[in-house]
Amino acid sequence: MSHLAAALRKDLLLHWRARAQVVAVFAFGAAALLLFSFAVGPETTVLREQAAGFLWLGLLLSSTLTLAESFHAETEHRALEALLLLPASARALYYAKALANALALFALGAALVPVMVVLYDAATPRIPALLGIILLGAAGLSAPGTLYAAMTSQARARQTLLPLLLFPLVVPVLLAAVKATSLLIHGDPMGQLRAWTLLLVCFNVIHWSLCGLLFDRVVED
Amino acid sequence: MKESRVPYGLLALGLALLVWGSYWGLFLAPREAYMGDVQRIMYVHVPTAWNAMLALTFAFACALLSLFRDDPVWDARLEGALEVGVVLSALLCMQGAIWAKPTWGVWWDWDPRLTTTAVLVFAFGGILALREFVDDPVKRATWSAVAAIIAYVDVPIVYFSVKWWNSLHQTQSSPETVSRAFHWPLRINAFGMLFLMCGLISLRARLAFLRREEETA
Repeated sequence: MSHLAAALRKDLLLHWRARAQVVAVFAFGAAALLLFSFAVGPETTVLREQAAGFLWLGLLLSSTLTLAESFHAETEHRALEALLLLPASARALYYAKALANALALFALGAALVPVMVVLYDAATPRIPALLGIILLGAAGLSAPGTLYAAMTSQARARQTLLPLLLFPLVVPVLLAAVKATSLLIHGDPMGQLRAWTLLLVCFNVIHWSLCGLLFDRVVED
Repeated sequence: MKESRVPYGLLALGLALLVWGSYWGLFLAPREAYMGDVQRIMYVHVPTAWNAMLALTFAFACALLSLFRDDPVWDARLEGALEVGVVLSALLCMQGAIWAKPTWGVWWDWDPRLTTTAVLVFAFGGILALREFVDDPVKRATWSAVAAIIAYVDVPIVYFSVKWWNSLHQTQSSPETVSRAFHWPLRINAFGMLFLMCGLISLRARLAFLRREEETA
């Protein structure tokens, strides 16, 4: 546990030191939200209806930037090998990195919500529930995303590979998060929010355990 | 991995069965009452679906064995099974679209099985791309095995999420759900495609194995 805490502290510190990049990724996400409205047209009702989808697409696209960069420090000067020589397990390194990425993506998603509200007039009174969905969605993107980032950061064509591997995998996250967010914005007369939240939780449970189990095989040799 | 003639035999047998089954399905089997001749695509579509799932399940087994036994033979088989599985899944999507246009009036429909198959093509196709971009054979084997395991485990979640999201597809066709007159061409084609798939996977696996031998030599 103390290994995890130490590794998490290192990863959060890395995010904090790279805060210029965090701001740049946010600007990218906000620009994407702006561009989506150009693709659909200025019709307010249509934009409002699609707001949840645009928010999550914006977050998904920006997440690849955050995730792809997350092993940058470790691949420089072969720092990952040095980290693996420490008595901390590879699993602790993975969970710390995935948690730090999930928190970074959560902050990004939360920061994109006001942009969505302003651009698409899609406000919801249920802010804590919305933040909960964003946290679950961010965690769902981060668990497989961190594992794949560890692989692709050491491969050629990593900018292309990460989204290519990640996007098909996180289709359930995108579907469930968009549906849940949309229900929060437009109301939930059929009480479907629970089912979509449950799907997000299931995806998270499966991928956080599976990717944690497989991570030491990815980095060891 | 030794050279063997069995894969060539399987290919010849599979092709012969496919020709026979397709001839039966196209010219001898009766017309379906509601869909007419369009239904005849079922004789290749359903066998393609079964064999695509079989190939990807075999790829999953190869990935587990390659990861826990560290045997390059299983990595070579993984490559063969992945490639054949991706090609069959892509064919499945195309056949589905060809069938959907005259039946549903649209090329594409967001039904769970069709959408999941499309996701499969990209998920496993991405692993083939990963293999191309990793030069170290040991890392390539480990990483593609890990990615194949994760992608395979993800398939049921994708299926159920799309199913909840939208649903409109007739239930799967199998010899139990179709009239007796349609059984034989369906069965013959299913086995034809199975033999063809096994032959292709083993030939492709041998090729992958030889390439790796050359890389590490």
